[in-house]
Amino acid sequence: MKLLFIQSKPPHGSVNAQEGLDAVLMGSAFSDCSLLFTGEGVLQLIKSQDPADLGTKDFAKAFGALRDYGVTNICVDAASLERYQLSVKDLAIEVEALASAEAARLIASHDKVLNF
Amino acid sequence: MKFAIVVHGAPYSSEGCLSALRFTEAALAGGHEIVRVFFYHDGVYAANALAEPPQDEVDIVAGWQRLHTEQDVELIACIASCLRRGIIDQTEAERYEKPANNIAAGFLISGLGQLIDAAINADRIMTFGA
Repeated sequence: MKLLFIQSKPPHGSVNAQEGLDAVLMGSAFSDCSLLFTGEGVLQLIKSQDPADLGTKDFAKAFGALRDYGVTNICVDAASLERYQLSVKDLAIEVEALASAEAARLIASHDKVLNF
Repeated sequence: MKFAIVVHGAPYSSEGCLSALRFTEAALAGGHEIVRVFFYHDGVYAANALAEPPQDEVDIVAGWQRLHTEQDVELIACIASCLRRGIIDQTEAERYEKPANNIAAGFLISGLGQLIDAAINADRIMTFGA
């Protein structure tokens, strides 16, 4: 069973991104999981973020642990990166940037998709 | 078809919660099976027993409870999301020494594993966003 988790919420202002990441880590204990960042979700990956002044938890540290949890297929929507004038070099972890058609193929290649 | 339902939106703040309720009712009426309804993020506010909407408005909490009592639909609220937002059952109230519990009858508090289990065991997983 291949599960795809899609993260589309910005990192700060709510715990949505953090709770989405929690779900991916839990999913990895049961199944083959992949991760796709799209829309505002790509902002979660910008490196060297420091939420200390916000008084919120630096949950993004856990992105670095994804591979240890067996989540190795980590992708971003290239058009979303472009919208925020980002490249994969600006991101905290190694990811594969996908064109829209490739992202569609990624979604189609999984049995279930969980949106966050 | 077997559906798993995931609710991220809080009742009255997001259309997602009511849409999820209507979808679940329609799926059951159409002869489909509901594996589980999993409340995550702000969706756990649907499990608040203390909600009392005005009488001329839809009672979303009661709607979910009706599905549980009449059609045995499993209603699970994520424990981490619940504890952050102050939705607790008697066990958690005692564990964290809180003065009361407020989980609505019919809802159970459980872990994220129930979400993954529902995703794996359903034919389709439907997420109703915030």
